[in-house]
Amino acid sequence: MKRMSWFNTVSLTLGFAFLYVPMLILVIYSFNESKLVTVWAGFSTKWYGELMQNEAFLSAAWVTIKVAVISSTIATVLGTMAAYVLVRGGRFMGRTLFSGMIYAPLVMPEVITGLSLLLLFIGIGLDRGVLTIVLAHTTFSMCYVSVVVSSRLVTFDRSLEEAALDLGCSPSEAFRLVTLPIIAPAVISGWLLAFTLSLDDLVIASFTSGPAATTLPIKIYSAVRLGVSPEINALSTLMIAIVTIGVLTASLVNKRQIVRQQREEKEAGRN
Amino acid sequence: MMRRFTLIAIPYLWLLALFLVPFVIVFKISLSDVALARPPYTPHFDWAAGIWAFLSELDFENFVWLTQDDLYWKAYLSSLKIAVISTLLTLLVGYPMAYAMARAPQEWRATLMMLVILPFWTSFLIRVYAWMGILSNEGFLNQFLLWTGIISEPLTILNTNTAVYIGIVYTYLPFMILPIYAALERLDESLIEAAEDLGCSRLSAFWLVTIPLSKTGIIAGCFLVFIPVLGEFVIPSLLGGSDTLMIGKVLWEEFFSNRDWPVASAVAVVLLLLLIIPIVLFQRNQQKQQEAEQ
Repeated sequence: MKRMSWFNTVSLTLGFAFLYVPMLILVIYSFNESKLVTVWAGFSTKWYGELMQNEAFLSAAWVTIKVAVISSTIATVLGTMAAYVLVRGGRFMGRTLFSGMIYAPLVMPEVITGLSLLLLFIGIGLDRGVLTIVLAHTTFSMCYVSVVVSSRLVTFDRSLEEAALDLGCSPSEAFRLVTLPIIAPAVISGWLLAFTLSLDDLVIASFTSGPAATTLPIKIYSAVRLGVSPEINALSTLMIAIVTIGVLTASLVNKRQIVRQQREEKEAGRN
Repeated sequence: MMRRFTLIAIPYLWLLALFLVPFVIVFKISLSDVALARPPYTPHFDWAAGIWAFLSELDFENFVWLTQDDLYWKAYLSSLKIAVISTLLTLLVGYPMAYAMARAPQEWRATLMMLVILPFWTSFLIRVYAWMGILSNEGFLNQFLLWTGIISEPLTILNTNTAVYIGIVYTYLPFMILPIYAALERLDESLIEAAEDLGCSRLSAFWLVTIPLSKTGIIAGCFLVFIPVLGEFVIPSLLGGSDTLMIGKVLWEEFFSNRDWPVASAVAVVLLLLLIIPIVLFQRNQQKQQEAEQ
C-alpha cells in the first residue's frame, strides 16, 4: 500500500477542517452559559431547556415534520411511477416533455419554483397553508426520487421480470413480487432524500406557506436575520445530531447488507 | 393497456399541473400591469380571446423596465460575476481534495466519501448560519487573528461579498468534489507512470494526463455549482451586505417587499433564459460521459 503524499495529506486535512470546524464551533457554543455567543462563560444546557419551552419553535417543528412525512411519501410513490414509466414505459406521446419535466426541477432556482407555484395557488384560489406546502414539496422532490430510482432500474436485469410474467404472474404481481424488492433500497433512499429536502427547504416554503403554517426553516430564518443566538445554536446542534445519527445508521445497515450479500454469493459459489 | 395509461397519466398530470402550468402563469403575469388590488396585477389578455388576441396584445413593458432600471442589469451581471468567481474558488478548493481522496488507501475511501456527503444532508440554512458567528466583527475568526497578532483591528467580513464567496464555497463544496472524485477514481494510474517514464515531470504529467482525463468531472462539478448559485437567495441574504446584488435576492424583494408581481415575474423569466445555456451545456456533458462509459 502506497503512503499518502505530503501534499495530499495537507489538502485533505485542511479541506475537512474547513467543512467541519464551523459546525463544531456551533455545537460547542450551544452549551455556552452566556447570552453572548462568542464569549465562553462556562458549560450549561439552559438553551436546550429554553428551546423546549418555546411554543413557536415547537409548533413550527411539528408542521415541518408533518409536511416532510406526507410530501416525501407521496413523492416516493409518484417518483417511482415516473421512473418506471421512463425506464420501462417504452414510447408514448409526449415522452420528451415528460422527461424534461422530471429533470428541469432539479436545476430550477428555488425562487422561480416558489414564485410560480404561489402564482398558481393564488390563481386557482387555494388558501396557503400546510396543503400548499405539501403540494410544492411533493412536486420538486418526486423528481429527485425518480432520478434515484431510475438509476437503479436501468442497471437491473429485465429478464427477471420477464421470467415472472412467463411463470404466470400478472404485471402488477411481477412488480410487487420481483421488481419492488430489488429496487427497494433505491426507493428508501429516494424517500430519505425527499424527506431531507422537505425538512431543509426555506425558499419554496416561504412562497407557498401562509400565516396559518410556519415551518421550522422559516422560523429559523427570521430569527437568524437578527443575528446569532444561543437558542438557534442549540436547535442547530439537535438537527446536526439527528442527521449524523441517521446517516451513520443508514450507511452501517447498507455496509452489513453488502457484506452479507458477498458472503451468500461466496457460499453459493462453493455449493 | 388501461393500467399502463394510468401509470403514465398520474405523474404526467401532476407535473403538468404543478410544474408546467405555473410557468405559463409566470410568463403571463410578466406581461401584465401592476395594480393596487388583490391579486396585485391586471392581466393583459384573457385566455378566452384566443391566440391572435394574445399575440396582438403582447406587452413587454415589464421587460423594457428591466432594461431601463440599472438595478436589474447590475443584479444580473453581479450574479454572473459572483457565480463565476465562486465556481472557480470551489474548484480550487475541491480539486485537491477530490485528488487526495482518489489517491487515498482503498479502505479509507468509503469513510472519506461519507465525510464529504454528511454536510450535504445537514440543513443548508444551519451551515450558512454557522458562518455568521465566525465572520462577524466580534466573531471567532477576528478573535483568533487578533489573538495571534496578525491584525490589530477587527476585519469587516460579514455582510460583504467576501463572506458570500466563503459561504458559497462552503455549502457547494460536496457538489464539486463528488463528480471530480468519480472521474479521478476511474483513472488508470499506469497512464501517469507511462508519462513519467517517457520523461514528463510529475507536474507536467499531472497537467497533460490527469487534468484532461478528469475533464468531464470538472465540467459536471462546475455546472452543479454554477447553476444553483446563479439564483441563490439564502447566502447573499444572510452573509451578504446591502451592496451584494444577486438576482435571487432582487426577485425575493420585488415580490415580498415591493409587491410588484409583474416585475418579479419578468425577473424570473429573464433568469430562466440566462440559465438555459448552462443547463443545455451541462446536459450535453452528461450525455457525453454516459456514452463514454458504455
